[in-house]
Amino acid sequence: MALEVNGKVIETDEEGYLANINDWTPEVADAMAKADGVELTDNHWEVINFLREYYDEYQIAPAVRVLTKAIGKKLGKEKGNSKYLYELFPYGPAKQACKYAGLPKPTGCV
Amino acid sequence: MSEIKKFMYVNRKAPYGTIYALESLEVVLIGAAFDQDVSLAFLDDGVYQLTKDQDTSGIGMKNFSPTYAALGDYDVTKIYVEKESLEERGLSLDDLQHLTYEDEDDDWAEKDSIRLVSREELARIMDEQDVLLSF
Repeated sequence: MALEVNGKVIETDEEGYLANINDWTPEVADAMAKADGVELTDNHWEVINFLREYYDEYQIAPAVRVLTKAIGKKLGKEKGNSKYLYELFPYGPAKQACKYAGLPKPTGCV
Repeated sequence: MSEIKKFMYVNRKAPYGTIYALESLEVVLIGAAFDQDVSLAFLDDGVYQLTKDQDTSGIGMKNFSPTYAALGDYDVTKIYVEKESLEERGLSLDDLQHLTYEDEDDDWAEKDSIRLVSREELARIMDEQDVLLSF
């Protein structure tokens, strides 16, 4: 599969995750979301940016349980719960947000 | 509700050159979702997996060592390192990453995950396990 962003063709796997993490730009995230019928808001970006920072530090995409706990710690309890995160990312906060963040599918996602 | 079993992942090999170390780490992270009593043991050349400042640029492999620092987030908080294996390789605790976890039962106090144990103590801890997975 592939995605076209600003005239550039970007390769993805069969589930829509980036083939090459270095291809990511914010425009890529917007294009992926648009294809899913989602408009990215500041609340989405908080989670996407958090995931990119987590990956940068630990070299993995966190499992949803770990993500929820860590978001709660960083952004407050009202955001660190499944309800809030599933409202933002109905296909599963870890899976969908990781995809938009350009990360591989989360480790521990069974 | 199923019974909680004691799982120990035993790591004996150098981090690169074989896939064992990375496979073990991935299985631990996936298995952490299942609410078992999980511990990790590092002995023989396995102690090299935890060394800090790893640089894999010369061998064209991903340096996955930063991921060990995420184990605390996954509630994996018991990491046994065999003292004799470190000493035989001229290493000490200072050569290893400082791995920590936050103790939920103690107001999220940050605590050390690595427990230095002798060969004899480790044998006893292994004996207490329900399941040993050797990598």
